[in-house]
Amino acid sequence: MVSALTNSHHTSNVVVLLLVLGGLWLGWRVKRNEPWHDALADAFRRGPTAWCVLGLYVLVALADSVAWKGGVSAAAPDQVARFEAKSLLDRAVGGKTEKSYSAPLATREFARDRPLVRPGTHLLGTDKLGRDVLFVTLKGARVALLVGGFTSLIAIPLALLFGVLAGYFGKWIDDGVFFVMSTLASMPSVLLLVAMITALPRGTIWVCVALGVTSWVGFCRLARGETFKLRELDYVNAARALGASHARIIVRHILPNLLHLVLIRFVLLFSALVLSEAVLSWLNIGVDGSWGQMVAQAKNELSRDPIVWWNVAGATVGLVGLLLSINVVGDTIRDALDPRTRGDRA
Amino acid sequence: MLAYVVRRTCFGALVVLGVLLFLFLLFFGVTSPDDIARRAIGDKAMPHVIEQWKKNHGYDKPRLPGPGHLTDNLLVEHYRRMLTFDFGKSDADNTPIVDRLKHGAVPSLCLTVPEFLLGLLLGIWSALVVALFRGTYIDKSTTILCVVLMSVPILLFIIGGQYLIGKQLRWFPISGWERGSSAMWRFLALPVIVGVLSGFGGTVRFYRTVFLDEVYRDYVRTARAKGAGDMRILLRHVLPNAMIPVLTAVVMEIPFLFTGSLLLEAAFGIPGLGSLTVDAINANDFATLRTMVFIGSLLFVAAQIMTDIGYTLVDPRVRLE
Repeated sequence: MVSALTNSHHTSNVVVLLLVLGGLWLGWRVKRNEPWHDALADAFRRGPTAWCVLGLYVLVALADSVAWKGGVSAAAPDQVARFEAKSLLDRAVGGKTEKSYSAPLATREFARDRPLVRPGTHLLGTDKLGRDVLFVTLKGARVALLVGGFTSLIAIPLALLFGVLAGYFGKWIDDGVFFVMSTLASMPSVLLLVAMITALPRGTIWVCVALGVTSWVGFCRLARGETFKLRELDYVNAARALGASHARIIVRHILPNLLHLVLIRFVLLFSALVLSEAVLSWLNIGVDGSWGQMVAQAKNELSRDPIVWWNVAGATVGLVGLLLSINVVGDTIRDALDPRTRGDRA
Repeated sequence: MLAYVVRRTCFGALVVLGVLLFLFLLFFGVTSPDDIARRAIGDKAMPHVIEQWKKNHGYDKPRLPGPGHLTDNLLVEHYRRMLTFDFGKSDADNTPIVDRLKHGAVPSLCLTVPEFLLGLLLGIWSALVVALFRGTYIDKSTTILCVVLMSVPILLFIIGGQYLIGKQLRWFPISGWERGSSAMWRFLALPVIVGVLSGFGGTVRFYRTVFLDEVYRDYVRTARAKGAGDMRILLRHVLPNAMIPVLTAVVMEIPFLFTGSLLLEAAFGIPGLGSLTVDAINANDFATLRTMVFIGSLLFVAAQIMTDIGYTLVDPRVRLE
């Protein structure tokens, strides 16, 4: 399963296809649904730059997820590359490898004075293994979005399921869910996270699982409280009086009214997840190829003389750019959707 | 009142038992004692070496209760030892964990307490100023600054601080530790600055929302109608009323002061409980990790019970139900 998600280009392509189709379907639904259409248009108007930057990140990540084999000329120096699947991004900007560190746009190597294979083409220099830093930075977008997206896919459905059931049915279900939530919430999240990652097998999926377990509780509590309120409202009582089943009330009357919370929470969760992953990478238990790992390398690079700054600079721009745009987009969505913060109070 | 205290404490105790169950599932269910042994002494260890190691570390019993070993098994042993604070030896180097905890607690507190107090003071005061100037350009620029600060991972603050303040300006040492002297504060200065700075954005934003929630209440309008000035309204009317959410947030932070800061301690070479945890991660020292999580949640549950009881004493609106 781990290799299926990280290595197999077929799975990756299918996921991209599903994501694009799902995105189109969502867009179509939103377009036909007036309140949502207006709210999202409003959110976009509040911070168009951030939305566009975020879109750019998603595009880069998607470009790095569509991969196929072949198409590499037989004359290429790297013979292995001919038999590997290469992503759209690899083909567009990849394949410019040197032997070790080199400064941005340099013509000679950093430590030893050897000429580069491709002098003056590395806009952000090369890293320890001689990879183009700009290229590695762009590839980090996929890792960050993969970690955030996959974890949300675990955490949000879990939280919604238990939160709504507990809030709607109350009684012993509520007691049970509340106990599990209290138990998980009482463990310091960083400690719980590192303990789980040390105990679980290695791999991206398991990091996501650990992140999911630590992050679903807050959302579950929110969903529970909100369902609790919704359950008592007139339209739910009306539906019940008309003989609607529990399942129908939950799906048709409660879930749609939780959707705006889901969206707001999803964006907040996403930025927290990217931050957590960076911390894990710093502790050597993160995901391969993430920006956190690039920052962790800087521990040694900044103590060199002259310093190697371009690697950490690339990761910084990647990380801060993504987090900033997510945070701003989150604020615009919250301002547009949450009636309490609408208007001048926000 | 007494009934409430008893009920609340019982629930807290139940949560602690739940935490222990979770830890058991994680460290004895997901990973087996064989795994732990292999991670500690190497993948290719001979079976009898593994058996011997398990015996030395008390992992050589059946995992779950069964006929013939109803009390003599790992589950019961796990509960018994944790609840009596008999944490045993580290999986990595056989030192008693209690000793390491005792040595680590002081450096951790030396770092986290000043960082916490400074961050709190700065955060609340900045948030008050922002609430006073709400809607003006001061408010807007501070809000933007907060979002920017929140978007910078603490790793970058650490690296930037060590490079700029430590290496270029040479104000404070880059990392290190010396116990109980004036040199200690020189070593602590940089991590405290970095910690306060990286938490500043989130803190100010949180307290700003808390204060703004109060600023639009009726009693504020009444106070203004009476002719009270902005400063007086803020300090005499808003601040006391905002104390409940503020206190909740503050008290809930206190347990984490004891468990230290993983990143800051590891990066600045402070031999506290955070460093201890990081060492435990790198050495696959499961016994230490278990103990740290347990102590963290124990402190958290205790703080939570105290806040809940504190509420009922402070706020007459909170019903005992």
